[in-house]
Parts: sequence; C-alpha cells; structure tokens
Amino acid sequence: MKLLTLNFLTCARKTCKSSPAAFPLHPRDAELEQVETEMNPVFLRNILPRLEWEAMRSITTELGLPSLPAETPDPGALLENDGNGDGEDAGSAGPSQIARDLHALLMETCIASGKLVCGNCGHEYAVKEGIANFLLPSHMV
Amino acid sequence: MSRPEDNLPPDLFYNDVESRKYTTSSRIRNIQADMTHRALELLDLREPSFILDVGCGSGLSGEILSNVEPEEGGPHTWVGMDISSSMLAQALERDVEGDMLLADIGQGVPFRPGSFDAAISISAIQWLCNAETSDVSPESRLKRFFDTLYASLKRGGKAVCQFYPKNAQQRSMISNAAIKAGFGAGILEDDPETKSVKVYLVLSVGGGDVTGAVSGMQDVDVYDSRRRERKRGKEFAEKKGGKAWIMRKKGQMEAKGKVVKATTQKHEVMTGQPPTERPKAESKPAQILHPRERECDVAAMYFQAAERETERSRSSREQCFASAK
Repeated sequence: MKLLTLNFLTCARKTCKSSPAAFPLHPRDAELEQVETEMNPVFLRNILPRLEWEAMRSITTELGLPSLPAETPDPGALLENDGNGDGEDAGSAGPSQIARDLHALLMETCIASGKLVCGNCGHEYAVKEGIANFLLPSHMV
Repeated sequence: MSRPEDNLPPDLFYNDVESRKYTTSSRIRNIQADMTHRALELLDLREPSFILDVGCGSGLSGEILSNVEPEEGGPHTWVGMDISSSMLAQALERDVEGDMLLADIGQGVPFRPGSFDAAISISAIQWLCNAETSDVSPESRLKRFFDTLYASLKRGGKAVCQFYPKNAQQRSMISNAAIKAGFGAGILEDDPETKSVKVYLVLSVGGGDVTGAVSGMQDVDVYDSRRRERKRGKEFAEKKGGKAWIMRKKGQMEAKGKVVKATTQKHEVMTGQPPTERPKAESKPAQILHPRERECDVAAMYFQAAERETERSRSSREQCFASAK
C-alpha cells in the first residue's frame, strides 16, 4: 500500500465519519518496501493540490522516515529545465529533484505489512502483503 | 443459466477455484476488457488520474487503467476494493500496480472527501442487491455505498459502473440510490434487448447533465425525456398564472440558482439536479409517471420513461442512451 493511498484512506466506521482524528490512519509495526515504479510527473502535478501535507508529515514521522519540509511543494516546482536554461525549449524540461523525491516517497514507498490504527475509535486495520483488511463486523459498521 | 448472485454471497462464490477460472478464462478477460474500455470512453479522462476501482477483483480492469497510453490521457493510478480475498490473491500473483483493500463496498468507501478524479466499476454493484444477513437491507447497503462514493469523488468527478441487473426492479433500485446520493445519473445500454446487453450507470458529481458523456459518441441514441417535455409544454398552451405555468417558472428560477419558495405539496425540479427536499412520493415503488405531471425528480424520469419505452415497444430502437453496436 503506497504512502500516497495512506494520505486519502480514513476509518470506515460511520461513527468516525465526522471526526478529524479518523484521518490519517496511523501505521503501527509497519514493514516498508521500496517498489520501483515509472515516474508520472503529470499525475504528481495533478494530485499535489489534493494531498494533506500535514498528514503526510505525521505519517512519515511515525514510520521513522526523514522528516518532510513544513510547506507543501509548489506544483510549479515539479518540472525544471535541464542545463542552463537560455534558449532551450520546453521539451527539455525534466522532473526536478523535488518531483523525484515525491515520487520515491508517495509512489514507491509501500507498507507491506503492519496495522493502520484509527485515532478516533482505535480500530486496527491489518495490512498483509500490501493489502489492508477493511472488512468490519456488522455491529461496527 | 443461474446468476452467481442467486447462489452465494460474492466472497464465498469467488473462492480460489472460481477466482482462478475467472482470471484465466480468455472469454471473460475479453468481455471485461471491452467493458473497461467502454467505461474509460465514458469517463473521458484527459490526464493521468487517481481512480477508484469498485469490485476490482483480480485486477483485470486495473491493469488496463495502469496501461492507458499518455496519448489517451494515461497512465492512471488506481486503488481497488474487493470482498474476495481469493480474487485479490490472483491480483497479487499478477503483480498489479494498484493498491487494494479487502473490503465490502456495502459498508462504504473509506476515503476522505474529494479524493478521487473518477471511479470505475465492472460487473460488481449488482451484488449489493442481495440481502446476505437479516440485519442489513440491500437498500441501506446501496445507500451507504453511493453516499460514500459521492463524497470520495472530487467536484466534477465521474463514475461509470457497468453492472448486471437481474430485472428492471434491481436496475431502478440501484439508479435511485445513486440519484438520492446526489449524483446526476444516466443509463447507457449497449446491445439493448439482446442477450448480451450491457448496462452502464454513468454518474456525475454535482448532479450535472450526463448526456455530455455520450455527446461525441457514434451510434448512441439519447432519449431525453426532458426535451420531449418542453415541446409538450408549448403545444398545450399553458395558461399564465396557472399551476403548470407557476411550476415551470419556479423550475426555471431554480435552474438559474435563485432561491425559490418550497412548493407546498411536491417539489419540482427542471434540471437533472436532485431536489433539496425529498418529496414523499419517493417512498413509493418506482412508478411510471406521466411526463407532464412533473412532480418528480427529472433524473429519475430518465429511468422511468426509458423503462416504459422498453416495455411498450420491444422493437423500438430508441432508448435512453441506447447504442447500436
């Protein structure tokens, strides 16, 4: 389960619907893996405004990863020209270091196993082989 | 031939043996691929998007999403939900790129508001019509699903759900649940009235006009009950100040976004927007309402009027979003 998905996943219970503590889910006993994936800068640019940056920071802290900058990157900073710029056409624009870092963090860093815990009700969703188990017994729905 | 939905709940039907059969059958793969491409056509995504795959199974549709060419607006990033661990195991074996949740869509779509650009569902949502246990009704599951799906999509987002309704009643049950959740809704039928008919529920967030989804497509007849209605309004000249005139004017004001005093008995809407106050009439089973009565949600009329056409004139080719293939 990519860290990207963790930035959108909430507790499934109705009782947690309006609670801000139900997002993000807190990873516990998490085993991470890096999955090499092809870079998709247009996708990153599209999703960046929708990311909850504070949630991203708390997730990375809880996972023991290097801490993120306090401010959301500017979507314009995702592309930069190679070389010295003057006279080169836009076709030479490549992904910036920021884009590469975001890609590595969001799209390539995955939770292979562990638990996702709701900050509101305390329910633990198990993760095995990257798949999170969100089946709720009917009394908990 | 009996439907899988008639025998067992989906997590039991799609066990290891069935899941493997499903995933390796080339016939099934081809049908699923066709339907996924059709759904993508309807979604009309211009850029790489974040998509929810409802009932993703073994990842057949997900793979297609991941491999959409840049010229076609891809590749897309997707998150799938499925209730069968055997099907998801197949997906893991095939090393799909999307993230997956083992989940029951009838328990809701657990994402924060405005997460996804779009949602796709191939051959899944009819399973919501079964009552697996006595403590939850199909209606409440459908409601929970569509309410949470609506919330999880961004403003202007779309969802396309291909499904296999057992009968007209199931079709209405599903479409009405979508409309009640706030979606603008339309139904597209490929190969209508044949054994291989495919039904697509096309949904837009914000209740907008969904006919735009098929405007560029060939061989699609759009049966728009709203247009027919306005013509009739002129033929039977309305008396100014009469009830019909008042109702029409109120509808126009609402369509313009102006505040309109609530009608005392029933609430009329001219556009495809769901009414803000739900009239009691909705608790009746789906009826065929005369188009001129106009005391119902227009989007709901799409389905009711379309159904009447189907039942009345089997040889007629005109249907709501029917496409001749």
